[in-house]
Amino acid sequence: MSVNQSTTTGATADGVEPAWKRVADEQMRRGAFSRTLPVWGAAVVILMIMPLVFPSAVAVTIMNQMGISIVFALSYNMLLGQGGMLSFGHAVYFGLGGFLSVHVMNSVEYDGWWLPLPLLPLVGGLFGLAFAIPIGGFSTRRAGTVFAMISLGVGELVAACSIIFVAFFGGEEGVSGDRTMGPPVFGFEFLSEVEVYYLTAGVVLVAALFMYLFSRTPAGRMANAVRDNEERAEFVGYSQRYVRFVSFCASGFFAGMAGGLFAINYEILTEENLNLVTSGWVLLMAFIGGVGFFVGPIVGAIVLTLLQTVLSNHTELWQLYVGILFVLTVMYAPRGLTGLVAMHGPALRSGRLGPLVAAYGVALVPLVAFLAGAILLLEMGNVANQSVVGESEAHVFGLSLDVSTAPPWLVAAVLAVGGAYALARLAPRLRDAFGRATGAAGGAP
Amino acid sequence: MSAALQMQGVRKNFGPTEIIRGIDLEIRSGERHAIIGPNGAGKSTLFHLVSGKYSKTAGRILLNGEDVTGLEPYQINRKGLSRSFQITNIFPRLSVFENVRCGLLWAMEYRNSFWRLVDTERELNERAAQILDEIGLLDRCDLPAGVLAYAEQRALEIGITIAGGAEVIMLDEPTAGMSHSETEGVVALIRRVTEGRTLVMVEHDMGVVFDLADRISVLVYGEIIATGTPEEVRASRAVQEAYLGAVDSAGQEVN
Ligand SMILES: Nc1ncnc2c1ncn2[C@@H]1O[C@H](COP(=O)(O)OP(=O)(O)OP(=O)(O)O)[C@@H](O)[C@H]1O
Ligand SMILES: [Mg+2]
Repeated sequence: MSVNQSTTTGATADGVEPAWKRVADEQMRRGAFSRTLPVWGAAVVILMIMPLVFPSAVAVTIMNQMGISIVFALSYNMLLGQGGMLSFGHAVYFGLGGFLSVHVMNSVEYDGWWLPLPLLPLVGGLFGLAFAIPIGGFSTRRAGTVFAMISLGVGELVAACSIIFVAFFGGEEGVSGDRTMGPPVFGFEFLSEVEVYYLTAGVVLVAALFMYLFSRTPAGRMANAVRDNEERAEFVGYSQRYVRFVSFCASGFFAGMAGGLFAINYEILTEENLNLVTSGWVLLMAFIGGVGFFVGPIVGAIVLTLLQTVLSNHTELWQLYVGILFVLTVMYAPRGLTGLVAMHGPALRSGRLGPLVAAYGVALVPLVAFLAGAILLLEMGNVANQSVVGESEAHVFGLSLDVSTAPPWLVAAVLAVGGAYALARLAPRLRDAFGRATGAAGGAP
Repeated sequence: MSAALQMQGVRKNFGPTEIIRGIDLEIRSGERHAIIGPNGAGKSTLFHLVSGKYSKTAGRILLNGEDVTGLEPYQINRKGLSRSFQITNIFPRLSVFENVRCGLLWAMEYRNSFWRLVDTERELNERAAQILDEIGLLDRCDLPAGVLAYAEQRALEIGITIAGGAEVIMLDEPTAGMSHSETEGVVALIRRVTEGRTLVMVEHDMGVVFDLADRISVLVYGEIIATGTPEEVRASRAVQEAYLGAVDSAGQEVN
């Protein structure tokens, strides 16, 4: 019987700690911030040494972009993952925070405003918040489709305004500034990319820390509750609308902060930074990373920034690959890349990861064959498609392939089809191995 | 004795159909009041009207003398009324522990604060654990609420409802679908947690009703046809004709 009649709500007579007290202590111990300190410590160390490990100017630029994306994607997940609000217009707060940051930068330069550069992201955040308050005021009344549609409408509206109001948004060229005109901070004038990197890293750390802490506050916990069951939340005293509004404002603040970081890094904002493409991009980052985990958007931001910067140097089809990755995530890994890793937790804890890894190893060969074949086909197809301009050489994996001849096509097709067939044959065995590695560990009640 | 809850001429139409057809009912402060009636009589609808889930077509509802007719559910809850649902209504992805903790947050005046961490609030977590102990789910506290067994979810439903310590508690069929022994446990639990509070309860199990209730109202076809002590209701001719008669012959509950 599950509903017992225990009356042991107080301390028991013989001075033994009552069970409920142990549970409360355990919950508090597990949720304690001090338990996450090692992770934050590791993050500090990693952020510190990254420019030493990857000192090239290109690498530092990429890492800066990652930092901006991390803050932006984390702020997006305050809506989607934690609050259950699917937004198609989150770039509004990022972009407006960024534009206003550039304008403030220019006022520092021309009007003699006093503002040390490290405070600029905070200014961007406050502007993001300033826009989130009125927009959140009417758009958080409902979640679901209504919220999504309003976010889309607002996103479209602001994007349209950015083209119309040339004085503020600078039209096609956007608005540019100069970050080095503020008062030096401890002698730093932020002339070099590395200085900007450390500024960005610091802001990323602080922003991530506060967003994490927010998720552990009453407001953050109730955001989860409203996401789960908005009706029930109302019957324990919470206005679903106000709970969403608080999350929305916090999210707008951190998105604006990311916009401020963008302004510092690129010293220019254009209409692109607040349009629907950027709004879609942040959705991709959060979703591919995994919206159910705090670190999910961080993973997504890192992976997609790498694809955007590194992959785009090698192929003009990189956006197609990102799209395929997104579709595959939605279909086969709805908990994102982080979810794929996390689902191996039970196997790892029970020490059964070994056989599973072996099974994966076997599957690696057909997987690589399939990917290689598919990529070859796509890349060659792309070149063949453009053959009107007289090009028939495809450059893939360091090879030069003549797409007007049959052999490369044959090889690619064999790789793709063979790989896919072998993978399909292996799939049941993989599922089996996964079940065996995980089942016994988590199954026993 | 003052009234905890007053319904005055409450009506509810769904389209052309009149589901609640003018209800005047006073729930006294501190009493345990059962509402009984056949399926589809409108008992749950009445709960939805009182707790603010549905708007009223006509009539007024007073909570401790204060008009709460047009208020939202969360506003009514903040004024001291907490209810459970006939169809389990919990936070399925949150842990069992968090479900109960969510039931406590507003009542313990945490509001929407974003400057306090739930994990450092000793009193909050201890209260939540005590309630879990009370409802017998202490050893389930880490599971997502959605995976609990049916009877456990029903217990959690009650736990969330009583967590905030509301003065007026409304339970919609708390023992529905439970085994005999489970029902006994829940009755004892209800008795304990509603000590010194006002309870309004919809219940089909006549054993439970006559065991717990100080007074009973009989709702038939959207109207209250009788209100009184268990003895009075049992003796009422109208009730026997309209409702209890069926139970009488079927279950030998009334003699
Ligand atoms: N949202 C609604 N729209 C239309 N009709 C409704 C709605 N909710 C309830 N009803 C109707 O109102 C009547 C009363 O329903 P209600 O759920 O209040 O009955 P009940 O007394 O709680 O019954 P039960 O004992 O089965 O729980 C039913 O005929 C039902 O079909
Ligand atoms: Mg009902």
